[in-house]
Amino acid sequence: MIITEKRSRKQIFNSLKGNKTVFLIGCAQCATVCKTGGEDQVDEMESDLRKEGLKITGKAILDPACHLVKVKQLFHKNKETFKQTDAVLVLACGDGAQVIKDGTKAERVLPALETLFLGEVERAGHFTQKCILCGDCIIDRTGTICSLTVCSKGLLNGPCGGSKNEKCEVDKEKDCGWILIYKSLKESGDLDNMRKIYKPLDYSKQLKPQKIIL
Amino acid sequence: MDLKKAIRSNKFIVTSEVGPPKGTDITKMLDTAKPLIGKVDAINVTDLQSAVMRLGSLAGSYLLKQMGIDPIFQITCRDRNRLALQSDILSAACLGIENILALTGDHPLKGDHPQAKPVFDLDSIQLLEIIKTLQQGKDSSGNKLKGKPEFCVGAVVNPCADPLEPELIKMEKKIACGVQFFQTQGVFDIIRFKEFITKVTQYNIPIIAGIILLKSGKMARYMNENVAGIYVPAKLIKEVESASDKQKKSIEIAVRMINELKGLCRGVHIMPIGWERLVPEIIDSSGI
Repeated sequence: MIITEKRSRKQIFNSLKGNKTVFLIGCAQCATVCKTGGEDQVDEMESDLRKEGLKITGKAILDPACHLVKVKQLFHKNKETFKQTDAVLVLACGDGAQVIKDGTKAERVLPALETLFLGEVERAGHFTQKCILCGDCIIDRTGTICSLTVCSKGLLNGPCGGSKNEKCEVDKEKDCGWILIYKSLKESGDLDNMRKIYKPLDYSKQLKPQKIIL
Repeated sequence: MDLKKAIRSNKFIVTSEVGPPKGTDITKMLDTAKPLIGKVDAINVTDLQSAVMRLGSLAGSYLLKQMGIDPIFQITCRDRNRLALQSDILSAACLGIENILALTGDHPLKGDHPQAKPVFDLDSIQLLEIIKTLQQGKDSSGNKLKGKPEFCVGAVVNPCADPLEPELIKMEKKIACGVQFFQTQGVFDIIRFKEFITKVTQYNIPIIAGIILLKSGKMARYMNENVAGIYVPAKLIKEVESASDKQKKSIEIAVRMINELKGLCRGVHIMPIGWERLVPEIIDSSGI
């Protein structure tokens, strides 16, 4: 799940300056779960933009917004409307916004959300980051807890000297990731994993932008 | 005596530390170090301590070296990737620096540039392994070096880490990477320190125990609350609080701690935290 949060209205209105007509696009998947780009949020945005004197040419919720074919279908159905639209405002992740730019060829596609992380849904409205998408998974040796994510320094060989009362040096509210890993490994009888020396990550595997063709 | 010789000689090792200034005025740093010439075996030069931007530890180490002091060049993983770290290690060797202390480093969020990108391309174990590789004449990609560095390599350990087991596991890894001495976090609780020593005697590696000068009860309580691995016993806090002459008391406590540590470990590392001028008296009074 891609976790997003709302951009401030002020920032959005600023980015829309000079535009008179706006098309709104939300996403039925992640942004709906995050309550940032579902129907309610798109309607709310529509009403706020109207109050700012902007004209809404149309709105849609894509399922999902990051799918180029779906975006193209929406564009073909609404070709004339898009012609009368100055800017498309996207209530989906940064990926969704860019796919919408590719699929609609609209002159101006602007983000209404901040894209934060890949996260788990603990329960409604509670999202936690567990994986940083490094492309070189280590959790087979760290008790199924990613140290690159849960340790604020992303260390691979055990805790730093900054852990106090089992909490992280940067935030007393956050658990020390390596203490979590230590406990998990100890419980499963795999503490020897921690005794091994792990080499630095291979960042050439994270060369951007990545592309995969099946 | 320099650090290498002190380690070999079996004498009680004494080190202290200086923090480079924020800016280019090095007068205070050098003035602080000067009275320690001949009294300590080596002086650590901290690397952007507390993640605060300052003069670098490499330049600081070099300046001490020029004064005839044996510097311990502290190097952290916070703000340099493996290219920059290896390059600085080679630079240190070429500037005649003979001791290096590898640390993870505080997170930038703790310092005065919290917006900075945290690097941590390596952790302290990987940094130590790379130092070992460089000393064998190769860089971390396996390329051959023209001329290789040679250091007395140190690391840190926290005797009062809780839980202690992950700290000991990391300590073992550091030893496997060729560490020749350990400096510790400040020790205030001798009983806990003794327990730690019992567990690490088997490694047969010099442990240099940290001595932090206690300035006030407020400072002790702050450290207990906020500084990892520091536990100042309540009795000690009371003792500092009831003293009318805080500096005299601070010296007295440090000397007492040093005397108690004498039979337990190979040396002490005195961290004066602003009260540098008291260090010579502490050293003289404890007869080290």
